[in-house]
Amino acid sequence: MTVTENAAELAPAKEVGQPRRRKEDARLITGRTTWTDNMVLPGMLHLAVVRSPVAHAKITSVDLTAAQQAPNIVAVFSGRDFAEEQGSIPCAWPVTPDMVNPGHPSIAVDEVNHVGEAVAIVVARSKAAAQDAVELVDIDYDVLPPVLDLETAVQDGANLVHDQLASNTSYHFVFDAGDAGTGADTDQAFADAEVVVSRRFVQQRLIPAFMEPRSVVVQPQGDNVTMWSSTQVPHVLRVMLAMVTGVPEHKLRIIAPDVGGGFGGKLQVNPEEVLSLLVARRLGKPVKWTETRSESLMAAHHGRGQVQYIDVAADREGNVKGLRVRLLADMGAYLRLITPGVPALGAFMFPGIYKFPAYRFECDGVFTNKVPTDAYRGAGRPEATFAIERIMDELAVELDMDPLELRRKNWINAEEFPFTTVAGLEYDSGNYDMATEQALELLGYDELRAEQQQRRQSGDPVQLGIGFSTFTEMCGLAPSRVLGSLAYGAGGWESASIRMLPTGKVEVVTGSTPHGQGHETAWSQLVADQLGVPFEDVEVLHGDTAVSPRGMDTYGSRSLVVGGTAVVKAAEKVVAKARKVAAHLLEASEDDLDFSAGKFNVRGTPGAEVGIQEIALAVFAAHNYPEGMEPSIDAEATFDPVNFSFPHGTHICAMEVDTETGMVKIRKYASVDDVGVIVNPLIVEGQIHGGLAQGIAQALYEEAVYDADGNLTTGSFVDYLVPSAADLPHFDTGNTVHAAPGNPIGAKGVGEAGCIASTPAVVNAALDAVRHLGVSDILMPLTPERVWRAIHHGGDGGDRATAGTNAYGGAQTESTAGVSTDASLGGEL
Amino acid sequence: MSQINVRVDGASYTDDVEPRTLLVHYLREQLGKVGTVVGCDTSNCGACTVHLDGEAVKSCTVFAVQADGCEVTTIEGIGADGALHPMQKAFHEMHGLQCGFCTPGMIMASIDLVNDNPDPTEDEVREGIEGNLCRCTGYQNIVRAVQQAAGEMHGRSAGATETLGAQS
Repeated sequence: MTVTENAAELAPAKEVGQPRRRKEDARLITGRTTWTDNMVLPGMLHLAVVRSPVAHAKITSVDLTAAQQAPNIVAVFSGRDFAEEQGSIPCAWPVTPDMVNPGHPSIAVDEVNHVGEAVAIVVARSKAAAQDAVELVDIDYDVLPPVLDLETAVQDGANLVHDQLASNTSYHFVFDAGDAGTGADTDQAFADAEVVVSRRFVQQRLIPAFMEPRSVVVQPQGDNVTMWSSTQVPHVLRVMLAMVTGVPEHKLRIIAPDVGGGFGGKLQVNPEEVLSLLVARRLGKPVKWTETRSESLMAAHHGRGQVQYIDVAADREGNVKGLRVRLLADMGAYLRLITPGVPALGAFMFPGIYKFPAYRFECDGVFTNKVPTDAYRGAGRPEATFAIERIMDELAVELDMDPLELRRKNWINAEEFPFTTVAGLEYDSGNYDMATEQALELLGYDELRAEQQQRRQSGDPVQLGIGFSTFTEMCGLAPSRVLGSLAYGAGGWESASIRMLPTGKVEVVTGSTPHGQGHETAWSQLVADQLGVPFEDVEVLHGDTAVSPRGMDTYGSRSLVVGGTAVVKAAEKVVAKARKVAAHLLEASEDDLDFSAGKFNVRGTPGAEVGIQEIALAVFAAHNYPEGMEPSIDAEATFDPVNFSFPHGTHICAMEVDTETGMVKIRKYASVDDVGVIVNPLIVEGQIHGGLAQGIAQALYEEAVYDADGNLTTGSFVDYLVPSAADLPHFDTGNTVHAAPGNPIGAKGVGEAGCIASTPAVVNAALDAVRHLGVSDILMPLTPERVWRAIHHGGDGGDRATAGTNAYGGAQTESTAGVSTDASLGGEL
Repeated sequence: MSQINVRVDGASYTDDVEPRTLLVHYLREQLGKVGTVVGCDTSNCGACTVHLDGEAVKSCTVFAVQADGCEVTTIEGIGADGALHPMQKAFHEMHGLQCGFCTPGMIMASIDLVNDNPDPTEDEVREGIEGNLCRCTGYQNIVRAVQQAAGEMHGRSAGATETLGAQS
């Protein structure tokens, strides 16, 4: 087999660390992709979902007649048609034993609880015919008052989202370091404190806004059902759909083909996935559902949505003494897959990188008449990082200290790793000082500080500010035992297998399902190094439960750390098996064999060698292999991490604020991230860039706004401002490298870091520019209107638009309640 | 129904279309040109960008009947003789894509940009592609890609762009 002879020579010295161009790109840049919506099956029918136009109502009558009689309509269903078989969208994370879950029908039967909830389904020969008939479905509603504002919703006598429940509170989750034995008594720490700073921060609702709209194709064949879905989690989806619909798990195959982004937004068991399956099963025909963008913004889950009350205690010298956090977390109308777990996950990150001796966290999960929230890039950790990094700045102001000096005084020093925090996490490795020094240099800190001073002295209408975020995060979800202790419904392991093909080519099957991260490239690099085979000889398979039977999929910056490690472990097993065959073929002892660059050599006997790719052919032929061994060197592995990994970094934003117009402009953005050992610097840099874009977007552009009736007023990309290239700055990025001790690659997660770190750096920068004008907080996003109002009328900028303007929501979203006063809104403006 | 004659990626088609049919739906559903995708309903995202008689258009804002008698080029038709277009090559080289959903439209818009402006600055690229949304990349590598491709498309050395993975 000449094909394998030169393998070792072809393989580069080391693949890990190389900026390999991605294997995935070839099909994506040429339009030869298999998006779910590209699928066409013979006889396929098209679904359109009729959605509730009201936020909260009883359904009093449903008339499907006109729609049923429209041309090319095959069937029309209401919730009543599936009431007995639809079950509930599963919630896998009951964060407290007494958490209240009202159940989540995929299609409303008697009542609707948010605008955009499915109320009927039209099935037609074409998508256009289905859409046309949506208008003909006639449903009457008895409208109830909507519950929209978190702080109002938890008051006694508040209107109820679910009238069968006692309150709008789903759960009350507490982490108290004193009780947990990881810290001192928090109340005592505050009682003894010389300085206490308290703030109320608002995490506005965000929309993941993946570019590929969700899409589902279902093909029933006898007892078997195949579903293609634009999902991050085909494996999780398979288990959950089997439980919900009663289709036996082994009769259900889920395929996530090319998936156009997710960011947590496709980490879900979607109502439309359940409904597509139920309709296909009912009709015995293949069906397709693809959402419009407005459906996506309205009905796919949102992220964030918290009111945060945070208190920090310190002494006059700036040593932090205690941290207290109380959250109201917006669940929306129902609990989806991990809705309640997102804020609870954040509980462990509020102390950030600082050595707090005492910490208490409480969170109420609160129902509102809005679409459910769930994971969005960072999921709990951006919220926590924002709160701690914002209040460290506020404490610095209170103490009249430099914000960086305050951070330095309190952060964990390099020699203190591994460090067990007050939240009970064991931070693995890092050097916060090193990252910070590098970031300061990257930014050109001293010059910008001098310019800030100059502008301030000259009274320049454009002021300059500099904001810091020195952050860490927990990722690589997750140690299964830890998830179990947090009452999560599944494990956090990942699976991989390696198949050595007769021609020496290698198939790697991963349970981690990518949707833009570049697994095919990075996993090939890992395997090329482990097996000593050329990068090009490796093919990575994923995303189809028939091909990759075991997996936990992609979220929580886990793929490389957990899934990549499983690949490495599988490769180690392949080498161990091949070693036995090599010893047999070379008539040597296993102990006398060295393995390098894809070849086993007999130590001290030049020329006595056999390549692993030749061994693959040898066991395929199986004419000559060791007694007592199966003729195969294929292997699989499952890796369950023992700890999270903790990337960290320092992000610094320099921001210009035009005090006359309220316009903000990022002058420079520098970040230094430590994500452990880097497998592919190209991919790592890309992940940081993308995370930065989304974190900056939270600070400056994005907010899901509901009006007083519970209508989403940001229901298209006209109103929901996903930033364009012109809205974002050039990023200056760098890395330090402290290997993660918890996995053999030494890698930490990178997917969420940029998004977690950047938001507070941006807001801190804007405030640093205008604090001397009396501004101490501005609500996100920092629209020019809000910034202008905060500068000229005081307060935090208030609602994002004044009454009478197009973007005006009417009042009382969670981001405005209790904040806006006539004065902060600018009076009669 | 109206009859239209269009050339798409070098082949001629004659079809009956509903007057309301958008060009993007005609391309995807009648011609199977699924390389061109739909990302929004409001002509904001640009994922559906194609060339109509050589100019970039969002094919969700053009009716199929408006393309009657026209030459349409999609992402599937820009490579010559199986080779990649310099813009495709540059997106690959510069890691200008992650999930890749916006990429066909982004490439088509970028080619049009460079046709109009052979040597765009970073700011000119950012302004020039602001009608195309990407949720993954933060745009920095897209900007690099467009500038690299501009060099190659207009015969300048491609070596001037910064090295990727160098983290700056």
